[in-house]
Amino acid sequence: MNILTVLIPISLILGGIGLLFFVFTVRSNQYDDPEGDARRILSDQYDDKPKQ
Amino acid sequence: MTATMRPNISACPACSAAPAAEALAEQAAQKDVRIALSVPGVHCAACINAIEEALAAHPGVQSARVNLTLKRATVEAASEVMPEELVQVLDRIGYEAHELDAGTLSATETDKAGRELLMRLAVAGFASMNVMLLSVSVWSGAADATRDMFHWISAAIALPTIAFSGQPFFRSAWAVLKHGRLNMDVPITLAIVLALVTSLWETSLSGEHAYFDAALALTFFLLAGRYLDHRTRAIARSAAEELAALEVPRAIRVEAGEERQVAVSELAVGDMILVRPGGRMPVDGEIVEGRSEIDRSLLTGETIPVFGGPGQAVSAGEVNLTGPLTIRATAVGEDTSLHRMADLVAIAESGRSRYTSLADSAAKLYAPGVHILSALAFVGWYLYTFDMRTALNIAAAVLIITCPCALGLAVPAVTTAASGRLFRRGMLIKHSTALERLAQVDTVVFDKTGTLTAGTPEVMNLDQVSSRDIGIALALAQGSSHPLSVSLAAAARAAGFESAQVEDITEVPGYGARGCWQGREVRLGRAAWVEAPRLARTAAWLRVGDEAPQAFEFTDRLREGAEAAIAALKDAGKDVYLMSGDSTPAVEDMARRLGIPHWVAEALPADKAARVQAMAHEGRHVLMVGDGLNDTAALAAAHVSISPASALDAARVASDIVLLGGDLSPIADALRTAGSAIRRIRENFRIATLYNVIAVPLAVAGFATPLIAALAMSASSITVSLNALRLR
Repeated sequence: MNILTVLIPISLILGGIGLLFFVFTVRSNQYDDPEGDARRILSDQYDDKPKQ
Repeated sequence: MTATMRPNISACPACSAAPAAEALAEQAAQKDVRIALSVPGVHCAACINAIEEALAAHPGVQSARVNLTLKRATVEAASEVMPEELVQVLDRIGYEAHELDAGTLSATETDKAGRELLMRLAVAGFASMNVMLLSVSVWSGAADATRDMFHWISAAIALPTIAFSGQPFFRSAWAVLKHGRLNMDVPITLAIVLALVTSLWETSLSGEHAYFDAALALTFFLLAGRYLDHRTRAIARSAAEELAALEVPRAIRVEAGEERQVAVSELAVGDMILVRPGGRMPVDGEIVEGRSEIDRSLLTGETIPVFGGPGQAVSAGEVNLTGPLTIRATAVGEDTSLHRMADLVAIAESGRSRYTSLADSAAKLYAPGVHILSALAFVGWYLYTFDMRTALNIAAAVLIITCPCALGLAVPAVTTAASGRLFRRGMLIKHSTALERLAQVDTVVFDKTGTLTAGTPEVMNLDQVSSRDIGIALALAQGSSHPLSVSLAAAARAAGFESAQVEDITEVPGYGARGCWQGREVRLGRAAWVEAPRLARTAAWLRVGDEAPQAFEFTDRLREGAEAAIAALKDAGKDVYLMSGDSTPAVEDMARRLGIPHWVAEALPADKAARVQAMAHEGRHVLMVGDGLNDTAALAAAHVSISPASALDAARVASDIVLLGGDLSPIADALRTAGSAIRRIRENFRIATLYNVIAVPLAVAGFATPLIAALAMSASSITVSLNALRLR
C-alpha cells in the first residue's frame, strides 16, 4: 500500500498539468475559431509557424 | 443594402473617437489599422486559403486572418488601405464581403463570461475525474485507514473546487432566495452543499459513504449545460452585433462649404447634411438643394420611388436614389420618425414577455417537489431511527439522486443542436425562447416589399416594345445608376439588344435621362416628365421626339426561395397572409403570383400590429416575417418574428430570428426543426423523470450508495445529451 504515497501525487500532478495546459489554450484564444482550425489542417500550404 | 453606407475613412474604433478628421488623417498615416470584413460565403479550407492569399497580396496589407466560425476576415493593414478596396479584392475572387464597424464589434471579442464559465467547467472536470478515481477504489473495496485517507484527499480536492466552480449556481440561488422565490439553482445549491457537509461529517467519523464525487460530477454536468447555453447565445449575440456593425453610422455634414464626415450622433437640428445617391437619410429633414428620387419602401412598403426636390420633407431611413441631396436636419436622434416607432414596439412587446419557457415551467414543478421529498425522507428516517446521521445521509442522497443534471442539460443540449443547425442554414436565433415559440406557430404573416421581394425591379414587358425603342432606352439607361435604369439595361443586354447611337446624353436627377437620337430629342424617365399617363405599377417611360410615350413596366423581383417557402408552409398546413403598405394592385398581383389566399394592402404600421394582435386574440400563434420600419410594431406584437438581414436595424432588433442570407426557403425548414427540437426537449424531460422514478425510491428507502448516485447521474446526463444529438 505504500505505493499509494507515490501514485496519488503522480496522478494529481499529471491531472494538474492537463488543467494548466487547458487554461493556457483558453488564454491564447484557441477556441475562437474551432471550425476554421479544423479545416486549416487540410490546407496544403506549409509554413514554419502557425499564422496569427 | 448597406453597401452604400460604407465610410470613406478606415473603420478603426479610434477614428470615430478622434476629435478632428484632419488630426486623425495625420495620425493614422503612421500606424496600421485593423479592418474587419464580413464574408458570408466562406465555407471550406480552400476558401480560407483563397481569401487570405488574395488579401495578403493586396499592397499595404500586413496580415489577413479568416475566422470560419464567425465567417469574418480580420486584416491588419497600412492606414491608406481602404475597406472598399479589400471588398473589391474579395469580389474579384468571387466572395461577397461587407465592411464591419470595428467599434461595434470590439465588444464581442472578449467574451469574458464565456471564458469564466469554461474555466470553471475545466476545473470541475479535472477535480471530478480525480475524485472519481479515488472513489472507484473505495467502491472496489478499500477499507479502514485507506478509505479514510481517500475520503480526506477527495475532500481536499472537492472543497476548493466547489467553492470556485459552483459560484454561478450559488449566486443565482441567493439572488432568487432574497426575493423569496425558487428556481432550479436552489435545489442544486442545496444538494451540493448538503452533500459536502454530510460527506465531511461521515469522513470525520470514518463512515462508509461520502458523496464528494457526486457533488463534483453534479457541478460538472450542470456547468456543461450552462456553458452550452451561453455559447449558443454568445454566437447569436455576436452575429447580431455583426449585423449592427454593417451599418456604419456616419453622415456627411456641410460646414461653410466644406464636407466633413461625422458620426450620426453628433448631428444637431439645423445642420446641413449631404446625402449621396444610394445613401440613407441619417435624420429627419427637409431638402434644401438637389433633385432626386427617394425610395421609401423600408418605411411605408411602397415600391414606386417618389420625387424629391427642395422643400420636401424626408424621414430617416429613406434611401436617396439618383442625385445628391442636401438636407437640413429638422429632427435628430431620439426625435426622428425612426425612433418614434420604438414606442409602438415597446407597447407590443409587453405581451410577449408573458411566455414561460419549458425549462422554467419544469423548474416550477420540480424545485418544490424535490425539497419536500428530501425533507420528508429526513423527517421519516429521523422519527424511525432517531439517528441524525442516518437521516441526514438519506436526505442528502435523495437530493443528489434527484439532481436536475439531466434537466439542466435537457434544454440547452437540444437548443444548441437546433440553433447550430439553423445557423448553418442561415438563420440566427436571437432570443432564447424563440425556438419554443416557433414550434407553436400556426399562422404566418409576410410583408411584401423587401421581404418577399428582393427590392430590385425587373422589366416585364420587354417583348411588347419595338427593338428600336429598346435600343434607344438601352443607350439612355446604361449611363445611369438609377435602379430602374440598371435593371432595364441589364435585361435589354441579356436579351441581345444593341444600344442605338444616342448623343449628348445627360441625366436630370429626379426625372430621368435625355439625349439626341437622329436629330430628335429622346427622354427616358418619370411619367410626368415625358408627359405620359400615370400607371398603377412602377414604370419608366421612353419618349422619342413627339411620338406617344412608350412604357417599360417593372415588377419587383421575388426573393430567392419565396415561392418554395410559401408552398412548403401551405403544405405544412399553416395559414399564410400577405400584409403590405403597398398599393392594392401591386399586392394583389403578388398574392396571386405566390398563391397566397389572404392579403391586405395599404396597411399602415399600426394596422399591421393591430391585425396581428387580433389574430393573437383569436388564439392563433402568429409568425411575422417583415423587414421595414412599418413592420416593426407587428414584428414585436407577433408570437415569433423573423426579419431578413437587409432589414432596418430597428426591425432586426424587434425580431427574434434574423435570416442571414437572401434566401427565404429556410423559414419552412426552421418551423420543422423547431417542432422536432421541442419534441426532443419533452423526450429529455421524460428520460430524466424516468431515471428519477427508478432511483428515488431506492434513495428514500436508504439503499442508495454513492455508486448508485454516480451511475444514475452520469447515465441520465449522457442519455439526454445523446438524445439531443439525434435532432434532425
